[in-house]
Amino acid sequence: MSHHSEKQAPGELLARVLGPGAPELSCEQCFAQLDRYVELALAGDRADEQVPGMRAHLDGCPACAEDFRSLRDLVAVDGSRR
Amino acid sequence: MATATMTMPAENQLETTARPDEDSSQLWLRRLKATGHERDAAVAELHALLLKAARFEIGRRHDQVPHLRGGDHRDLAQQSADDALLAVLGKLDDFRGESRFTTWAYKFALLEASVKVRRQSWQGREIPLAEEAWATIADTASSAGRNAEEAELLGALREEIEALSDRQREVLVAVTLNDVPIDVLAERLRTTRGALYKTLHDARRKLRAALAARGFQLDAHRKGEP
Repeated sequence: MSHHSEKQAPGELLARVLGPGAPELSCEQCFAQLDRYVELALAGDRADEQVPGMRAHLDGCPACAEDFRSLRDLVAVDGSRR
Repeated sequence: MATATMTMPAENQLETTARPDEDSSQLWLRRLKATGHERDAAVAELHALLLKAARFEIGRRHDQVPHLRGGDHRDLAQQSADDALLAVLGKLDDFRGESRFTTWAYKFALLEASVKVRRQSWQGREIPLAEEAWATIADTASSAGRNAEEAELLGALREEIEALSDRQREVLVAVTLNDVPIDVLAERLRTTRGALYKTLHDARRKLRAALAARGFQLDAHRKGEP
């Protein structure tokens, strides 16, 4: 059973299948840089420029994108409690 | 592996303060590399931190494992924190201080928890067949309506997916069309997430090249932020 029970726009389906089409990090490189990237992103400090290839990987890898969102949200909650 | 040390209550921890030239990350490292009570206390504190991260992750993925009860959630969080603790302690020398120590440590617990939840949610489920993916493409093509070029592109996409190697097609169809989490697929195929992503990446490159060779302008159809 596909989770895509609703019809997708062609652009959305093509993006999922074809991926970012730009140079990207591997999953291992993404994990190694994830903590740094999250802190730069939360600080608004040009995260994409400072960690090249991360944004493309997160666009192409659903699992790493989920891990990114989780770490970002956890660190943000932590920061707001300080 | 849970030990009494890892679950020591916070009130039993030693109060260790940073030296004047130390930041909180350096203090964590010094305490975790110390011996005796100081290290035990730091390890217990780290485990508590990892457990908090694991609970956070399992909490936000609650709907992916509706069959699990509260006790199962606690076990999953505990197991994730235990596994993450071993990973963090084994990789202390890899910490380069490019983020706060706590941010670095959190990612291990989140990864352990997210992988465990994804695997739990797919336990006993078959990996969907390629036919289901063709139905997804056909549905999408029908939603292209009167846009003949998009419908043609989707038809060509299916043909080019079928021309991939068996392994590339299997990975691409499962992960991008049938929403199989890459960790789950890696476990079933007895490989790693990284190795599968490399296969996916190569398959995508091949598809892009094949579609471009057929004259399709691919990026004109893409959304800004997938």
